[in-house]
Amino acid sequence: MTYKIYIPRDSSAISLGANDVFNEILKESKERNLDVSIIRNGSRGIFWLEPMIEVETPKGRVAYGPISLLDVAGLFDQEFYLGKKHSLFLGLTEEISWLKNQERLTYARVGVTDPVDIDDYEKHDGFRGLKKSISLSQEEIVKEVTESGLRGRGGAAFPTGIKWKTVMDTPSTKKYIVCNADEGDSGTFSDRMIMENDPFVLIEGMIIAAMAVGADQGYIYLRSEYPNAQLILNEAIEIANQKGYLGSNILGSKFSFTLEVSRAAGAYICGEETSLLESLEGKRGLVRYKPPLPAIEGLYGKPTVVNNVISLATIPIIMDKGAKYYADFGMGRSKGTLPIQLAGNLKQTGLIEKAFGITLRELLYDFGGGSASGRPIKAVQVGGPLGAFLPESQFDTPLDYEKFTEIKAVVGHGGIVAFDDTADMSKLARYSFEFCALESCGKCTPCRIGSTRGMEVIDKIRQGVDQDKNVDTLRDLSETMVHGSLCAMGGMTPFPVMSALNFFPKDFGLDKK
Amino acid sequence: MISEQEKKRIEHHINLFLDYPGALLPLMHAIQDDIGYIPEDSYLLISKAYNLSVAEVHGFVSFYHHFRTHPSGKHVLQVCRAESCQSMGSEKLEKYCKDKLGIDFHETTKDNLFTLEPVYCLGNCACSPAVMFDEEVLGRVTPEKIDQLILNSGIK
Repeated sequence: MTYKIYIPRDSSAISLGANDVFNEILKESKERNLDVSIIRNGSRGIFWLEPMIEVETPKGRVAYGPISLLDVAGLFDQEFYLGKKHSLFLGLTEEISWLKNQERLTYARVGVTDPVDIDDYEKHDGFRGLKKSISLSQEEIVKEVTESGLRGRGGAAFPTGIKWKTVMDTPSTKKYIVCNADEGDSGTFSDRMIMENDPFVLIEGMIIAAMAVGADQGYIYLRSEYPNAQLILNEAIEIANQKGYLGSNILGSKFSFTLEVSRAAGAYICGEETSLLESLEGKRGLVRYKPPLPAIEGLYGKPTVVNNVISLATIPIIMDKGAKYYADFGMGRSKGTLPIQLAGNLKQTGLIEKAFGITLRELLYDFGGGSASGRPIKAVQVGGPLGAFLPESQFDTPLDYEKFTEIKAVVGHGGIVAFDDTADMSKLARYSFEFCALESCGKCTPCRIGSTRGMEVIDKIRQGVDQDKNVDTLRDLSETMVHGSLCAMGGMTPFPVMSALNFFPKDFGLDKK
Repeated sequence: MISEQEKKRIEHHINLFLDYPGALLPLMHAIQDDIGYIPEDSYLLISKAYNLSVAEVHGFVSFYHHFRTHPSGKHVLQVCRAESCQSMGSEKLEKYCKDKLGIDFHETTKDNLFTLEPVYCLGNCACSPAVMFDEEVLGRVTPEKIDQLILNSGIK
């Protein structure tokens, strides 16, 4: 008989040796004359157990992990291919509590299927949202998306349905769908996971978006640091073309849509939507003034939907199961689920898709298992390099856009980076300015100059030079940046800086005050 | 100075993207993927073909961290400096790489084997600290892993 084994091809799993494990299992099975069929599935996102392999059994898939090369022979000795016990045996994959306690909607297939097997995608409810959308009018699709309460998952949390309506209502013979896949925030990898582990769901979401607003061309602006995602996306796009999901007369309809991947070139600012559009047009990624909104004058001056990967990848399930099904998850005005990425100094890191409302404490300790170093968690940064540092006293804040705004923090793209008590928050604050200086597009003075001056002022405070005066200068500078910058780069860099200063003055040498 | 052969290859890429909207981005990738960098000598060729000024071409190339105007070493080691990796000790790792190779960021070893670059997030934050060696991402990197990488690349 053929034994079915799953070994992930996700970049993080590979970064921990999944490809070596694959080769070793292949070699070992040949030597033992075993008929194994290996499927390179996506990762379930339980990265603390990667490389995690799975075996199909009559009761369901069982998992083993984390596997090192040295474990492979022993696994075969214990007949793991029959799902038998071993010291790395984790039981039924679906029953692993880390996974079981999640609400996977957008990530329903991630880790389950072979990312580039379109039949596998269809078998797991793929393209059901698209097939439903084809029978609907543009207005009906937009209405469904609006009622789902979906807000831009890239970080700005703007209601997706309203953006789509603006593009739909703007008359033009040419419109574009642009997927923002320039996931540059530290502590985030949810976009990468969708693109590498379930690329068809993004493609499906983009097709639906195009149908809704009347666009016929789409681009995925992908960061250059993700070569693996680029390969997988291109492969998936080619398959979707062959199967008639892309190109002319999609599924026999009158609708046509072409899609291509555009490789970015390592500028963080190009994650800002107008800078992204400039870059896509073959220019320096300088931020544009708004208005006009990209929804009205976007790529090449045409109405353009610019959505994050997760926003687009969530569309298929909303269209398939209905707006109400999705909106029933979550709290307040934060509807649905958020892919939360646990990163940094935590024992158990990875991707957790959960309805809004879970607290940081639950995430850090119940899911995260506390710090990796075993030391107390001092602070967490939520929402990437422009997100505030939160001290322990704020760990009971529920993940909700409005609750985070109340404490001058951001949910952003859902990345959470934990720091233990060895972290020097003044150094991290300095780094925030350093990063801003490096990545500023240079258009606004507060961002371009302020970032460098900010670094110098923090250096002076840390050296104990005129501390009172320099703290005032730092606050004044931060305020100028917040109010005087065109985009979030300059406008939000003060968030981590001010939170570090306010909650951890000792780290700045201000303990006497 | 670029060789005649390199010039021909650059011209080939220039012609490939002439009718392509937003051509500069894929064009520069094509040149760098082929030749290893974007020679400044190519700016004039590009500017003429695309009706741009040399300043505009220079402005474009210099805006993006990914594009280089000088050849790199045989291997490029990118060490992540972003927050998640910092929380797991990337600063020490960064220093280790610099000491081990005897170079600073943006520099190349004298034997032209290694170029060291900083990078700001590889999307491998659940496995910090991370580095990228050529096109391969590595997670939970230790000084021993760096030693191994260097050893496997054929240097003493």
